Amino acid sequence: MTAKKHIDPFIWLAVSSSIIIIAFILFPLIEMVAQPSFADLMDTIKDKDVISSIWLSLYTSGTAALISFIFGTPFAYLLARKDFAGKKIIESIIDLPIMIPHPVIGIAILSIAGQNHWLGQIISSIGIRIMGSVTGIIVVLTFVGLPFYVNTVKAGFESIPSRLENVSRSLGASITDTFFRVTFPLAWRSMVVGMIMCTARAVSEFGAVVIVAYHPMIAPVMIYERFTAYGLKYSQPVAVWLIIVCLFLFLLLRIFSVQKKHSP
Amino acid sequence: MIQIKDLNVKLSGFSLHDIDLTVERGEFFTLLGPTGAGKTVVLESVIGIIPVEKGRIYINNKEVTNLPPEKRNIGIVYQDHALFPHLTVYKNITYGLRYHKINGKEPGKNLSFIIDRLSLVPLLERSVINLSGGEKQKVALARALAVDPSVLLLDEPLSALDPNFREDTREILKRLHVETGITILMVTHDFTEAHFLAQRTAVINNGRIEQIGSIPEVFHKPSTPFVAKFVGMKNIFPAIFNGNKAQIGKLAIKTNSLINGSKKYIAIRPEDIHISTEKQSLPERNSIKGTVSKILNHGFYCDVSIETFYIKFTAIIPSNSPVTMNLAEENSVYISFDPADVHVL
Repeated sequence: MTAKKHIDPFIWLAVSSSIIIIAFILFPLIEMVAQPSFADLMDTIKDKDVISSIWLSLYTSGTAALISFIFGTPFAYLLARKDFAGKKIIESIIDLPIMIPHPVIGIAILSIAGQNHWLGQIISSIGIRIMGSVTGIIVVLTFVGLPFYVNTVKAGFESIPSRLENVSRSLGASITDTFFRVTFPLAWRSMVVGMIMCTARAVSEFGAVVIVAYHPMIAPVMIYERFTAYGLKYSQPVAVWLIIVCLFLFLLLRIFSVQKKHSP
Repeated sequence: MIQIKDLNVKLSGFSLHDIDLTVERGEFFTLLGPTGAGKTVVLESVIGIIPVEKGRIYINNKEVTNLPPEKRNIGIVYQDHALFPHLTVYKNITYGLRYHKINGKEPGKNLSFIIDRLSLVPLLERSVINLSGGEKQKVALARALAVDPSVLLLDEPLSALDPNFREDTREILKRLHVETGITILMVTHDFTEAHFLAQRTAVINNGRIEQIGSIPEVFHKPSTPFVAKFVGMKNIFPAIFNGNKAQIGKLAIKTNSLINGSKKYIAIRPEDIHISTEKQSLPERNSIKGTVSKILNHGFYCDVSIETFYIKFTAIIPSNSPVTMNLAEENSVYISFDPADVHVL
């Protein structure tokens, strides 16, 4: 007779919770993906408006990620490496776009980009239009995506021992040389992950974009429009294609998250 | 040569106070202290990583206090090696060469000498990730020495190594110092390392230097109770002095010192205390009867605690001695020690 293996009640609780959470996420998504017919899906992807809206979503989200990379990398480095007065406040400010309701973000951007604001007047005078433009969408998506990039890359920099940089500088390398010869080669993976996070977040943005630029139409706005105008049947296939794109992005994220083990 | 004058550093939760230290050209100097004493802060101030609040730092008579680390020409080797994990052994070693003109010597010549001396030839093309601790430490040493630094700073370079590698690396450090004649400032918490490697040492505690002197001087004549304890004196007692006698409670102990008013403690090394089961007839020695309260076996030696007059002395004896002497806890014994071995602090 074999002894019955005792399983702690906490393990049961953990496993049950996991099953509930996975079902909670997957069930509506699987249902939505399963409901449209294959023919509907193929018809949808042949629709030029759908293709251009998905492309616009990817293009604007990718550009937002690129802007985050250019400006967010030095900023993340500063936060990871330097202690200064007000650092906690700065870190909280970075997280603000995550917490603020998204339509509020759209309204906030419009309030400074309009003709009634001096900044809006300057932007307009140099020929840049925010309201109802691709530029406006990129501004909004950068706003909502930046915290994801900065926080991810900051964690990446923090995982590199600062002693490596100290040694590099003791060997004669300047701060810039040290960054490009030591820090960047060790942190690039977190930058890629940060850009994917930023892109993924931007692709899913709706609330802020719809305030600033209903047209040109990004994919989430098109899904919303088709739902309100034609109902569930016409919005679902577009949503499925958007989910496939998001799934692909997160698959990339997981692949890049698996880092080689470095022992510094 | 390293000169640190009146160095004060303020960090959140820790400060260095009035550090004055000179490491002569070509000298091997150790900075001793327990964890958290401020040893690494001193090194990182010298190298220019930590900003100095007050004071000056000179390297070979040139002030470097306000220079960035890359302009100081100081090599550093950390306890955790701090090798660049994305580079091979060779690329680690040659990392700094592009920034240095090697004082008229061909860089390659200096490099070959170091690689050869540290027996690194078979490892050159390997990744540093899978090297052993000892190999990593040799690569870190080679990398620091390859740029021909004015001085070399070592931050507990032997602490993370297992005992076999530690002895080898200690030998290598000593040999390299002799062969290159480079000025070395090494921080360590291990007095044995200091004893083996250094000519002089400073003991630091809570961000202040407690004592600077030659190794025998610090070892045999500690100037404060902290230093005495740090160098292994286990019998440190507050005392009232009367002539050449130290009074600890009811116990009077003969010393060889001319005692001035500022002294407050006596200290006796545990190995200087002799235990016997019968009273010794040597009137010049201190001889006290006591009871064995504890015998602690450390493998090669035993710590024996003997209580007398409510004072606990600790002596060290070989681990087989309790058996040969028939020594056990609660036994009555005599302890004796020479007045010359009583250090007055």
